[in-house]
Amino acid sequence: MTAPGATIGSVFSLRRIPLVALALASVVLVTTALIFVFYVAPNDAFMVNQGFTQIFYFHISIAFTAYACFACGAWKALRHLWKRDPRADLESYVCVHQGIIFGVMVLVTGSIWAKYAWGYWWVWGEDELVLFLVLFLFYCAYFMLRFSVDSGPQRANLSAVYAVFGVVLIPVSFAAIRLAKEVIHPRVFTLQGPNFGGWILVAYLLAQVAMLVLAYTLYRIELAGKRLDLRLRDLREVLA
Amino acid sequence: MTSAEKYVTAAYCVVFAVVLVYVLLIAMKLGRLDREVTELERRVESDSQDSADG
Repeated sequence: MTAPGATIGSVFSLRRIPLVALALASVVLVTTALIFVFYVAPNDAFMVNQGFTQIFYFHISIAFTAYACFACGAWKALRHLWKRDPRADLESYVCVHQGIIFGVMVLVTGSIWAKYAWGYWWVWGEDELVLFLVLFLFYCAYFMLRFSVDSGPQRANLSAVYAVFGVVLIPVSFAAIRLAKEVIHPRVFTLQGPNFGGWILVAYLLAQVAMLVLAYTLYRIELAGKRLDLRLRDLREVLA
Repeated sequence: MTSAEKYVTAAYCVVFAVVLVYVLLIAMKLGRLDREVTELERRVESDSQDSADG
């Protein structure tokens, strides 16, 4: 008899959601988030001295999405090492790849905001910025490691160990801004909760959910493409 | 809304529209490819079954 937990898990499994439905959900959520950010949330009520407030909603939500992608990549890598799940290696790789894409967007949107608010594209003295860059470069090196080893169990094991180690940098990067005594990077989330409320919080949460769903859709698309590639390779071998 | 804010809004909308259209199109294309590859696998399997039987 199937355990109730397993039944619930299989019924509500995210893997079962069709790609087109996920893509449509992304369209609806991102459109709603844009409407809330530009037309509902007040523009001048939060961080007036920081200026250009609209970018805040996307910069922060994209940053958390990048952290989520790296954490998910580490979780899948752990599953590969622990359970020997045959799907986990490819899933971990795709998660890290999505994390890098969102990481680039964090650096670009952050630099645009920094130029507008502080007058500089980048400040090397800022722990938050530098630690995020370290995290980003650490995961960039993941690809150098992965593609320097031939395809097979050794590559999967090495990549998995590397991805698991990298996840340690996420709390360090996140905590850096809270541990630093003097920072110019705004503190949006404190131990007491977010520094904002009302429509700003609603718009931020919508943008966050929209970015997470968009990231998951892109993850599923990349994974589906890579699995199709593997299936076609198997077909070619059978027909050869 | 000032004209600068209108430009910012337009820039965001254009960037996200391009990304979302790409996501939607690629999702539909992958769904179709998946069905076609499944059909090919089924045919290859039935052909190999036939040749094994007779």
